[in-house]
Amino acid sequence: MSYAKEELLAVTIARLIGDARHVAVGAASPIPATSAFLLKQKNSSLRISLLQKRSGNPFTEGSRELFDLAGQGRIDVFFLGGAQIDGEANINLVEAEGKRFPGSFGSAYMYFAAGKTILFREEHSARVLVKKVDYVSAPGWSPLEVQRRGGPAALLTGKALFQWQKEKRRFLLQSVHPGSSAEDVRANTGFDYDAPASVPMTAAPTSEELALIRGPVARVIAENYPEFARRVWGAALAVLRPA
Amino acid sequence: MSDLPANETRFLADAEALAREIPDGASIGLPPDYSPVAMAVVRALVRRGARDLKLIGVPVLGLCADILIGAGCVREVETSAVTLGEAGLAPRFTEAAEKKRIKIIDATCPMIHTGLQATEKGVPFMPLRGVLGADLVAHHPDWKTIDNPYAKGDPLLLAKAIVPDVALFHARWADEAGNVWVGRRRELATIAHASRACYVSYEELKSGDMLEDELLAPGCISSVYVTAVAQAPRGAWPLGVPGAYGIDDAHLMHYARLAKTAAGFQQYLDEFVLKTVAA
Repeated sequence: MSYAKEELLAVTIARLIGDARHVAVGAASPIPATSAFLLKQKNSSLRISLLQKRSGNPFTEGSRELFDLAGQGRIDVFFLGGAQIDGEANINLVEAEGKRFPGSFGSAYMYFAAGKTILFREEHSARVLVKKVDYVSAPGWSPLEVQRRGGPAALLTGKALFQWQKEKRRFLLQSVHPGSSAEDVRANTGFDYDAPASVPMTAAPTSEELALIRGPVARVIAENYPEFARRVWGAALAVLRPA
Repeated sequence: MSDLPANETRFLADAEALAREIPDGASIGLPPDYSPVAMAVVRALVRRGARDLKLIGVPVLGLCADILIGAGCVREVETSAVTLGEAGLAPRFTEAAEKKRIKIIDATCPMIHTGLQATEKGVPFMPLRGVLGADLVAHHPDWKTIDNPYAKGDPLLLAKAIVPDVALFHARWADEAGNVWVGRRRELATIAHASRACYVSYEELKSGDMLEDELLAPGCISSVYVTAVAQAPRGAWPLGVPGAYGIDDAHLMHYARLAKTAAGFQQYLDEFVLKTVAA
């Protein structure tokens, strides 16, 4: 069964989320949101907090409530990206090579406080995946004396999935997506990482997962990320939602 | 006796009158684009030629900051981010930052909230976990690390109390007693509580006192914090007021396209800011 790249990334993230109780998803994260709602189809007790949801909102104490929840350990999984991500899982959302980016948002806190963080950046290039970030918005690891509940679990890109090895403070290439290869990943990654002799392919979405994604999940996503939904499921959504 | 205002809220004529109350050089606590922003007052600040403002993003900033920066009203920005959301990078902020025309203090969302909460309580600082090891800590003038006095070997970060000169935002309602209703957008209450003066534009006036209504009271900011209000119908446009009107996405995209260049930004100001004088 053919599938879109976004659908492959969404099911991969769903597998990384695993059996979380509470997932928080940021404003510009339609793919992680798709993953979370796919999981909710199988586990209706999963709580999904969509930040900056346009109508309705999971919070009543203003924008600090997410951080207060995370500080208490009530957020199991969070997602972060970066203008740059380095081999020690540091992320940079501030500036690189004279270029200014929006800023760190809550990353420096959520990377510590959420149970685990999935790093996600579709662009896989030596420009993004660098040896050392120009600015540390949020560090990938902390010295022993710094209390830290969570940290990176994995890094997913448009080419590959890396697992974070906490003790070694290094990424391990876990799988490459169809259309890429271990050599392609090595050539386009600016940092060094571990890799097995033979790198498997990222598991494709099952027909059951695709049916859920294109049905009930797409309808929820279309309400909150309309541009994304039109791009990925445009035709299918038109069939599902007759005028 | 404290010099903080705690007397009657003043009712001013319009957004222009509110903008006249905010002096050059003031530090202003401002909400993000998804919370009601006093855009009509921001445009009035540009028209009156405000200068040397320090913007404090609670916890991030969007369109209002980009316009004020582009119009030359801003000296310094402390924020966790400046973004136009779906419309992309904030172009005037980005250019001013890259050309080093403004001073930027990079923060992270909960440190801003925590600094304001310290001021709410009248204490000099409050601790927070996390953030340690980020370059943000080394670059921030007001953040310090201490060892947890209750458990040695547990470093914590301190947010120094943040005291904006001015809180500025938009509300769905004000009432005759000077209370304003912001619903669940409680970051507006945090800014109001922590600031030395608080200016609010509002959509509609409600008769009576909302604090006497059990359903409305929890969404209110008491007049004890509110210095002055002025009516500005659709005063958050092109941003939204939750429950009343949404963000004008097409306008935001139009802005983002024009503001990519200085000339395009000037064209935007001419069309949507400088020509529009409140009645």
